Amino acid sequence: MTGTAPVIPPAAPPPAVLTRRHPWLSVLWSAVRTPRGAAGLTMALLVVGVAVIGPAVSPHSPTDLVTLTFAKPSGQFPLGGDFLGRDVLSRVLNGGWLLLLMALAATAIGIVVGAAAGMSAAYLHGPPDGIIMRTVDVILAFPQLVFALLLLSLLGPKLWLIVLAVGLSHAPAVARVIRSATLDIAERDYVKVAELQGMRPAKVMAKEILPNLVTPLMVEAGLRLTYSIVIIAGLAFLGFGQPPPAANWGTMINENRIGLQLNPWAVIAPAVLIALLTIGTNTFTDAVARVTIGVDRRPEEAALLDDLGPEQA
Amino acid sequence: MATATAPAEPTAPAEPTVPGRNEHPLLMLTARRLGVGVVTLLVVSMIVFLATEVLPGNAAYAVLGRNANPARLHALERQLHLNQGLLSQYWTWLSGLFTGKLGASLANGQPVWGLAEPRLINSAVLVLVTGVIGTVVGVALGAIAALRKDSWFDHVTSVVALAVTSLPEFIVAIGLIILFSTVVLHLLPAVSLLPPGVYAWSQPELLILPVATLVIVIVPYIFRMMRAAMIEALESDYVEMARLKGVPEWRIVLGHALPNSIAPTIQVIGLNFLYLAGGVVVVEYVFNYPGIGQGLVFAVSNRDIPVIQFIVVVLAAFYVCVNIGSDVIALLATPRRRIPR
Amino acid sequence: MPGHEHIRGPALRPGENEVRLDVRGLEVRLGQAGPDVVGDVSFTVEAGQVLGLVGESGSGKTTVVLALLGHARRGLRISSGEVRVDGVDLLRLPAAQLRAVRGARVAYVPQDPSAALNPALRVGTQLKEAIRVHPGAVEDPDGRIREVLQEAHLDSSPELLRRYPHQLSGGQQQRVGLAMAFACRPSLIVLDEPTTGLDVSTQRHVLDTIRSLCAAYGVAAVYVSHDLAVVGGLVSDVAVMYAGRIIEAGPTARVFGEPLHPYSRGLLSAVPSPAQATRLTGIDGQPPRPGRRPAGCSFAPRCGFATEECRSRQPEPVLIDARTVRCARVAQVRESSTGVAAALGHTVPAAEEVPVLSLRDVSAGYGRRPALSGIDLNVPAESCVAVVGESGSGKTTLARCIVGLHRNWTGDIRFEDAPLAASARDRPRQVLRRVQYVFQNPYTSLNPRKTVGQIVAQPLEEYLRLGHRERSQRAARALADVSLGADFLPRYPDQLSGGERQRVAIARALVAEPDLLICDEVTSALDVSVQAVIVELLRGLQADRRIAMIFITHNLALVRSIAQSVVVLRDGAVVESGPVGQVLDHPVDPYTARLMQDVPKLTRPGPPGTAQGATAAEPAAP
Repeated sequence: MTGTAPVIPPAAPPPAVLTRRHPWLSVLWSAVRTPRGAAGLTMALLVVGVAVIGPAVSPHSPTDLVTLTFAKPSGQFPLGGDFLGRDVLSRVLNGGWLLLLMALAATAIGIVVGAAAGMSAAYLHGPPDGIIMRTVDVILAFPQLVFALLLLSLLGPKLWLIVLAVGLSHAPAVARVIRSATLDIAERDYVKVAELQGMRPAKVMAKEILPNLVTPLMVEAGLRLTYSIVIIAGLAFLGFGQPPPAANWGTMINENRIGLQLNPWAVIAPAVLIALLTIGTNTFTDAVARVTIGVDRRPEEAALLDDLGPEQA
Repeated sequence: MATATAPAEPTAPAEPTVPGRNEHPLLMLTARRLGVGVVTLLVVSMIVFLATEVLPGNAAYAVLGRNANPARLHALERQLHLNQGLLSQYWTWLSGLFTGKLGASLANGQPVWGLAEPRLINSAVLVLVTGVIGTVVGVALGAIAALRKDSWFDHVTSVVALAVTSLPEFIVAIGLIILFSTVVLHLLPAVSLLPPGVYAWSQPELLILPVATLVIVIVPYIFRMMRAAMIEALESDYVEMARLKGVPEWRIVLGHALPNSIAPTIQVIGLNFLYLAGGVVVVEYVFNYPGIGQGLVFAVSNRDIPVIQFIVVVLAAFYVCVNIGSDVIALLATPRRRIPR
Repeated sequence: MPGHEHIRGPALRPGENEVRLDVRGLEVRLGQAGPDVVGDVSFTVEAGQVLGLVGESGSGKTTVVLALLGHARRGLRISSGEVRVDGVDLLRLPAAQLRAVRGARVAYVPQDPSAALNPALRVGTQLKEAIRVHPGAVEDPDGRIREVLQEAHLDSSPELLRRYPHQLSGGQQQRVGLAMAFACRPSLIVLDEPTTGLDVSTQRHVLDTIRSLCAAYGVAAVYVSHDLAVVGGLVSDVAVMYAGRIIEAGPTARVFGEPLHPYSRGLLSAVPSPAQATRLTGIDGQPPRPGRRPAGCSFAPRCGFATEECRSRQPEPVLIDARTVRCARVAQVRESSTGVAAALGHTVPAAEEVPVLSLRDVSAGYGRRPALSGIDLNVPAESCVAVVGESGSGKTTLARCIVGLHRNWTGDIRFEDAPLAASARDRPRQVLRRVQYVFQNPYTSLNPRKTVGQIVAQPLEEYLRLGHRERSQRAARALADVSLGADFLPRYPDQLSGGERQRVAIARALVAEPDLLICDEVTSALDVSVQAVIVELLRGLQADRRIAMIFITHNLALVRSIAQSVVVLRDGAVVESGPVGQVLDHPVDPYTARLMQDVPKLTRPGPPGTAQGATAAEPAAP
């Protein structure tokens, strides 16, 4: 009868689309199952495979002069020769792993520094917020590439410097995004509940705010990875990469430009690999972003949509 | 639908009611941005200046390298004002920026302004032409995709846009060169043979590929933002209300959806102009286009300090102006922020 | 009661007027082949008549009412039925003609005018547009606009027309919505909860305006609402919706006076009354969502009268006692008593005891803007104080100052006669533990990344440093106290309904055994039947555990069902305070008196034959 208050059995739970213990894992898995996600991941993994396994299966040394300058492709040299007469295939197989490594390192630096800065700025308010965000504004007054070029011009094209420069140039953009996400979360009542329980700010940030930042962080990381690859390859193209005669996809495109009419593969092969990699990472990141829109939908919206049925999502 | 019967009390005021403070948000915003911009530029200039002075060893020595001997070192030091204190060097340089005394290039001894001026103009032409074409194309495509949401047109353009935004601009440039210059077709020159110092419009066909490259790179961003903003407007409550009033569809698109889509799109357009400041570097290098980007690459390779300093400051100033401009225009397009209650 | 006559003027009598709206078998589905959202909906409305469409969230009332304009929201499709306005079936019209009808023959008044008005266009532009898209409907557009603005009690000067929507107040925006709807003199007006979000006095004025406009033009109107008290005073006939179907429909006096459907009964006994202190009874469980509705009667799972027949077949509407009821067991329901709501006795606390909480001259602000001034307040031990005020009165600011979330206050706040620090950061943990807070919005007060078990156990960890097993046991017990089973422990918040979430929030607040509980508008976001359950739960817990409570609300009607004393706030100051019966029955301050007068009232269903058995809106003659 209506009116009494018995212990209510919960309504049958909706099928658990996401495993809960590690939301980031389940988000990734959901993204892979979308067509964009699958396509992007496949492309990226393909190129990563070439870059990582390449050096082990390379038929010739990437620096040996084994054929004619800009030789046309043949059985022995499937992609022909480059501007010095080296085997293009071998150079391609060897030219990717360092780019990948540097890009991953730069991304990691950018995310860690940027997220720490953004989260602190948002949660601590006041003077720290002002200082951090003004610094961000100043750094953002430089185009990323120009910033990197400036540093390189002064200290020389050292590889660790490239990684550091690119990583730091990501940090302000990441800080902005994370700051605004944190501001949004810090206003939520459950964070205030934690404050009322006497939690110190550091613990509140770690236990209440950070778990809710996982999804925007993942999307940012994907975007930053794509940009890192773009900028580092671009710097290599401009001549600021590994010193010759090392094989490097970006440098290869530049140094073989003059022979486009003779053996275009020396340019096309590394270009296609870079393109597939960046398209792959960006497409996969886009798939992740689409999945997280569902996850992070503001709860009030979610409840409203519940009224009309799950298909409204 | 909603069962809330009263709005929650605000925990912080939406606008302060101090009289006078919020009377002219437009002026306030512009003034504040200008202030921040000036400070930013000063800081940038200081950083640039200090950075160039941080060169290990003596700057003159670094430039001369193996050609250093005491006499030359001394002459170069005097030329670079290195014998004065740091602060006075900075002041000399800063005031020189305003008075036009920018020093001389270390590479060829010519005055910096003489080298930079035609390059500046060439790059400006490139950026302007790209910006206009890119904005028009991006806005149009975005609007059409939003109106035909989930059609084949929408799917194809969205996927293509996603792919293109992922590509580095030099890849796009190389791709265009392969297609139109060297391998597939032989229509357009791959590399401009303009000597530095000549204005780009003297040989307009040299503009085509660089402009095309940059347009291809920026259109997807503008497209995506315009599409998203339009879709959000078309799915909003006020558009639903307009439909329930009997307003015809064309009027809804032009009169209701479009005005609300402008503000976010303006900001993306601004961002893309900012991006162009960096993008020109690579594109000019690829096509040997005599602009400021190419100038920067040369200067960096030669450690031509006065030129580096000048170009970086110019780029930063461009950044600040575009930032202020896009914020102001976006504010003008949003009555809710422009006019206080 | 004066002012509550429904809109029939002397010339219009029921049954004698042309039928303006005739709906038959309306059905709306999800997508192409999805489950139905509303089905088998039929009703008619005559000229000059206002039909109330009542239901809670998920009942489908907004879907029905949009279909009256031939419109379906994204993802929904009107799959069958007829909607005839002045004899023309809108659902069969081609697009161009449908557009011509919308706004001119059938007009819509939106629920949220701040969202329904385009923020980038001036008010005048949008008003003129309503006329301009129907050329020929009105002879003198500018004159008509002036006229309709005056009728809506708005200033008709060009000044108003030049403004943008954000420059208008909520009440003004709603009147603009009304003016737009009446501009082309339509035959039918559809009003979708137009007074939600307005404060009580503004709401009263808007309702009066609606009433007079409808009477003046002889339009037919459909008024959607979840607020039965508002509807009861406005409409002559009412239809109650549940899970997409009309389950009871008829004259308001009948349906609200002696409800015959079990759901209607439950709903009416959940409506709080500002005039009597009654124990509220809600309806446990939740309405089923589209696609999850059982084969038979949708209400059967929650119904005390349900039989096998109810569960297997959807009941057809039955005409009984001058109204239609969709219930197979209606005869049995009719026989059983309505159940007069139990009256609540109020204990007056002993005056000598030290109050649990006392405020002296507390003032607070945001920056330079004052929010509270000179508040004096006492919360006696083991009693509940209701703090009542409209939006902007400062009640949430007050709550936040007490608990330390807002630290910009001056004055003296004492908890058991020991002064409290201004900010929660500066208070010792034991003090924090003993004053607990429940937030308004159940969707943002629970961390979405934590389980219910973690959420409820967290205070035990932070305040009491208890071990894991002890925490689990106490958490399960706390959930049981709010009538949630232990299988809720591993659930995440987004698997819970609004009512369940609020219970979790209450369990979290009570698990560490506080001495004072502050409830800040905790039921404002909930449906009426859920609200009743929560309020009754709180009342029971407060009495059993003998804790003190501050219950903040804007809904004056709730006060009697939970509190012993009441404080009325206005613009940051205390206007009146005292025992509930005294303040509400004999208000001293004119503001309080006006509030009591403006609050919509619904008389409780009582035993037949008594004065309580009738609602305020009685037809003039049968």
